[in-house]
Amino acid sequence: MKRGFTLLALVTALLLSFALYEALIAAPTEQTMGNVQRIFYYHVPSAWTAFVLFLINFVSSVVYLIRRNPKADLLALVSAEVGVVFCTVVIVTGPIWARPVWGIWWAPGDIRLTTTLVLWLIYISYLVLRRFSTSGRTPVVAAVVAIFGALDVPLVYFSIWFFRTQHPSPVIGGGGSLDPRMAHVLLINWAAFMCLAWLFSWTRYELEVAKRQVEEAQALESLLEGSR
Amino acid sequence: MSFLEITRATLAKDIRLEWRSKDAINAMLFFALLVVVIFSFAFDPTAEESRRIAGGLIWVAFLFAAVVALNQTWARELRNQVLDAYRVSPAPANPLFLAKAFGNFIFVSVLEAVMTPLFVAFYKLRVLGPAWELVPIALLGTWALVINGTFFAAISLRTRSREIMLPLLLFPISIPALLGMVNATTAVLTGEESARFWIALLLAYDVVFTAASLLLFELVLEAE
Repeated sequence: MKRGFTLLALVTALLLSFALYEALIAAPTEQTMGNVQRIFYYHVPSAWTAFVLFLINFVSSVVYLIRRNPKADLLALVSAEVGVVFCTVVIVTGPIWARPVWGIWWAPGDIRLTTTLVLWLIYISYLVLRRFSTSGRTPVVAAVVAIFGALDVPLVYFSIWFFRTQHPSPVIGGGGSLDPRMAHVLLINWAAFMCLAWLFSWTRYELEVAKRQVEEAQALESLLEGSR
Repeated sequence: MSFLEITRATLAKDIRLEWRSKDAINAMLFFALLVVVIFSFAFDPTAEESRRIAGGLIWVAFLFAAVVALNQTWARELRNQVLDAYRVSPAPANPLFLAKAFGNFIFVSVLEAVMTPLFVAFYKLRVLGPAWELVPIALLGTWALVINGTFFAAISLRTRSREIMLPLLLFPISIPALLGMVNATTAVLTGEESARFWIALLLAYDVVFTAASLLLFELVLEAE
């Protein structure tokens, strides 16, 4: 297992360096936006990675409620935490990209950015609940909240979609086709980010397992002392 | 006892308790009044502007005030271990939840009925669109706030700083519902566009989360 972890860390480091070179030097400069467009190779892969992690969170929450397997709960916690980290990258890089291109930091009518923001808020509230819960059944309650959050996503999307048709919003990219070389760089970056997310999740998972073992040992110890 | 009987009995008990103590409704009314007065100082709009922003102000005031009532929903049942007694009784969980949701719906509706005339007076409002549409908007919007509010109040029951946990959970999930209520109300007030889509969105939100709450409430009750 330890060898697997080292291997993954090595692959991630190599992929990330290669992706950095590809995004900053090898990828062609965009015609109208210029070099600013290169933030695209960080913004979009982070968003995709965050969405994959939130999907994992939803699936493992459902699995936990059905099977009551503590591993599913661990996976739900870890994927939400790492997902929030990548989602934060999206929320931060979005305005940095929007400012020079659209002339504004934030477009309330932009469907993708706003949906991502609401998603970010939902998962932060999920993590706050996990941290604040004092009941012994935190995993159940957290899984229920995760399902509610996932149900909310399509409603958020449609409400912002209609909100946009009423309010003028900046034109985004024109929806034109992506240069195949750019698509190539985008996919390499996504692969690198997915490996990084995997690495983070793995570390966080092991840490959480260790933390729970320590807590259990301490509880057992105090029980034994009490019975003496 | 049947499902309906349990719902009715719990609802009657809650309304009687509230009628005698008036804890939730008084706090909620005074809180909403404060919000209206503070808003009227913070924004001093002309009639045309006030029509555009009133929908947002009204619903934000109701949302904040509703949290006051929602926080009391289950806290009341912790005293004397009423909730534990309910859990060991053979009664199913859903009638209890529905009774609580109906109770909150009634309290928040009373608040809205009292506060709306005040809003109209403070902001010199005149409806330019089809005014009857405000009725389904108010009913669906209130249910949207109350159904998730009641559910999340039960979830935040066993957390540290319970009173702040409820809005932290409720507000992010309620964003589409809030968009629906605010935009539907503004559409009717200004009469510029149709509120149909927003009413449909509210309806979808209500159906989805009522179903989800009824499916999952038992898990939450046994987890408390």
